[in-house]
Amino acid sequence: MWDYSEKVKEHFFQPRNAGVLEDANGVGDVGSISCGDALRLMLKVEPETDIILDAHFQTFGCGSAIASSSALTEMVKGKTLDEALKVSNQDIADYLDGLPPEKMHCSVMGREALQAAVANYRGEVWSDDHEEGALICKCFAIDAVMIEDTIRANDLVSVEDVTNYTKAGGGCSSCHEGIEEILVKVMAERGESFKPGTPSKEEAAPAGMTNLQRIKKIEAVLESVRPQLKRDGGDIELLDVDGKTIYVSMTGACAGCQMEALTLQGIQQKLMEELKEFIKIVPTKAGALSRASCNP
Amino acid sequence: MEGIYFDNNATTRVDEKVVEAMLPYFTEQFGNPSSMHSFGNKVGLAIKKARMQVQELLGAEHDSEIIFTSCGTESDSTAILSALKAQPDRKEIITTTVEHPAVLTLCTWLEKDGYKVHYLPVDNKGRLDLDEYKKLLSDQTAVVSVMWANNETGTFFPVVEMAEMANAAGAMFHTDAVQAVGKVPLNLKDTKIDMLSVSGHKLHAPKGIGVLYLKRGVRFRPLLRGGHQERGRRAGTENTTSIVGLGKAAEMAMEAMHHENTEVKRLRDKLEAGILAKVPRSFVTGNPDDRLPNTCNIAFEFIEGEAILLLLNKFGIAASSGSACTSGSLEPSHVMRAMGIPYTAAHGTVRFSLSRYSTEAEVDRVIAVVPEIIAQLRKLSPYWEGEGPKEEAFAPTYA
Repeated sequence: MWDYSEKVKEHFFQPRNAGVLEDANGVGDVGSISCGDALRLMLKVEPETDIILDAHFQTFGCGSAIASSSALTEMVKGKTLDEALKVSNQDIADYLDGLPPEKMHCSVMGREALQAAVANYRGEVWSDDHEEGALICKCFAIDAVMIEDTIRANDLVSVEDVTNYTKAGGGCSSCHEGIEEILVKVMAERGESFKPGTPSKEEAAPAGMTNLQRIKKIEAVLESVRPQLKRDGGDIELLDVDGKTIYVSMTGACAGCQMEALTLQGIQQKLMEELKEFIKIVPTKAGALSRASCNP
Repeated sequence: MEGIYFDNNATTRVDEKVVEAMLPYFTEQFGNPSSMHSFGNKVGLAIKKARMQVQELLGAEHDSEIIFTSCGTESDSTAILSALKAQPDRKEIITTTVEHPAVLTLCTWLEKDGYKVHYLPVDNKGRLDLDEYKKLLSDQTAVVSVMWANNETGTFFPVVEMAEMANAAGAMFHTDAVQAVGKVPLNLKDTKIDMLSVSGHKLHAPKGIGVLYLKRGVRFRPLLRGGHQERGRRAGTENTTSIVGLGKAAEMAMEAMHHENTEVKRLRDKLEAGILAKVPRSFVTGNPDDRLPNTCNIAFEFIEGEAILLLLNKFGIAASSGSACTSGSLEPSHVMRAMGIPYTAAHGTVRFSLSRYSTEAEVDRVIAVVPEIIAQLRKLSPYWEGEGPKEEAFAPTYA
C-alpha cells in the first residue's frame, strides 16, 4: 500500500472544491485515460483584476490524483493568474507533505491543468509535449522517456553517464539493470552496442583543465563559501582530489553539525557548476587519507 | 485485525491448525533433516508426511514428484529454465498474454537470450484459441507454460487438454496453478502435465513455501545446485516448519474442497449479483461460466480502482484492483488490456476473492457499502454526469 501522508489522505477523503463550477470562465482538461488519470480544472476569474475567485475540479484517478487536484484548487483561490502560474508541481506535492515518487506525476497533471485553464481563459491555445514513461529510478523519480531522451541528446554510453545527466541510478542502484536496457535500445538506434564497463563520457574526454587548474578552481570555490562557514564558527579544508572525488575536512562548529550534509550538498552543487563536471564531495577527517594509503 | 478480507487471491490467513502443526518444529523439533541423529530424523519424518499430504492434494502418482521450493515464482522459474536447459535444441516457448508476472517477466527476459516466445491472445472473456495454439506447437517448442486459473478474473484454461497437445508435439507442459490448487480437485497422475507450481500462502499455509510438481521421468535441470536436499533437485536446507505447515494446509484443503465449490461459490455469486444489481455501468470481467469458485472481478466504469480501494479500506473492506496506480505502472492490468476492456473500465476493475472463512454477513455488508462508494467517486469524475456518462464525452489533452 502507498505510504500517503495524512494530508494526502485528508484531501482524498474530504476533497475541497469537487464538482462542476457552473459559471467557470477558464477550463483546463488534461490527463490520459490510458494512464488512468484525467482532470478538469474549472476557474472563475474576475476579469478586472485577474483574480481567481473560485476553483473547482473533477478528477478520474487514484487517491493522490484526487488529493493533488483538491490541493491545487485551494492553492490558487484568491491568487491572480500570474501568481497562480507560479505554482509548480513540487509546490503541490509540498502542500500535501510529499507524494510517493510513483505519484509525482499526479502533481504534474495538476500543474498542467492550471496552465491549460489559464490559457483557456485567455483565449490561447495550450499545447504540451507531455510524454511520460515507466518509472525507472524510484529514488529520484526519473522515468524511461526522460532517460531515453537524455541518452539520445547527449550520446551517452554508460550507466554512470545517465546518472550524471539525469540523477537516475544515483541512489539505491537497483535500477541499473533497467538503465542498461534503455542504453542497449537507444545505442542500437545509432548503430552502437552497449558495452558494460565503458568509461563515462566525462572520463573518456576530460574537461580541458590541468589538475593544477582544477585544484585552484576548487580552492576558489571553497574560499567563496568560507566566510559563511566562519560566521557559524566552522571551516572547511581541501584534503585531496582523486579524479571525481574531492576529499574535504569540516572543522570547528561544522564538524558533526546536523546541517553538515546539507552544507556539503550545497558546496558540491557549486563545485559542479564551476568545474562543469560531475564530482562527489566526501567529508573526511584530516590525516585519515594518508593513513589509509599506507594500508592498501 | 477487524475487517472484511476479500483479497484471498493475494494471500490467505494461515489456519490456526496449520500454525499449531508448525510450532513444535521451531523449538523442540529444530533438527536438520539431513543430520545423522534423532533430532534430524524426526524432522525428516515430518517432511515425508507433508510430502504425502501435498501428493494427495495434487493427485500425484509418487511422493517423489513433490519438490518443495520457496514460493510459486521459484517453482515457475525452475520449471521453465529447466525445460530449456534439458532440451537445448528447442528454442521456443508458448505462453499466454495473461500469465502472472512470475512467468511473463521471465519469458520476456528469455527473449533477450534468443528464445522465441509465443504469447497466446485471449478473447473478451479471457478464453484462449486452441486452434491457434495447435498451430504454434512444433518440434521447436521446448515448453508450454499456461496458468490453470487466472489470478485476476479466476478464468480457467483448459490445461489438461493443452498438456495432451503439447505432449503429442514432444514439448514439455508447465502450469502455474497457484490460484487453482486447493480450490479445484486435481488428479495429476491422469494428465500429461509435466510440471505444476504451487504457492503455500494461497491456501492458508505460510508465505515463503512453494512446491514444484515434477512428473517422474521428465528431464530436469535444477535451478539451485548444492546439497542433496529434495533428491538433489532443489539444494538448500529445507524450510522445515513451513513444509510441515503446507502439508497440514494441503490436508485441510482436501477436506474443504466441497465447501469451497458450494458454499464459497454461493457467497461469491450472491456478492456479484448484489453489486451488479445496485451499480449501473458495472460488469463482470473474464468468463463467468468457467472460473474459480471464490473469485469475482467487476469493472466499474469511469472511475479509478485505487480510489475505490482506499474508500473500501476506510470501511474495513480489503480487495484488489487492476488499475495502473495500484501497481505503480503506467498501464492498467495486462489481463484487462488483453481482453480488450476499454481504459475507462480497465482502471476501475476490482477483484473480490473469498475464502472458506468468508461469511454471509460480510457479503451483505460489502453489497451495502460498494454502491455508495462508486456513486461518491463518480460524482468526482469528469466522465460522469448525474446517472450516466457525460453526453459530450470528456476528451482531455494528450488522452
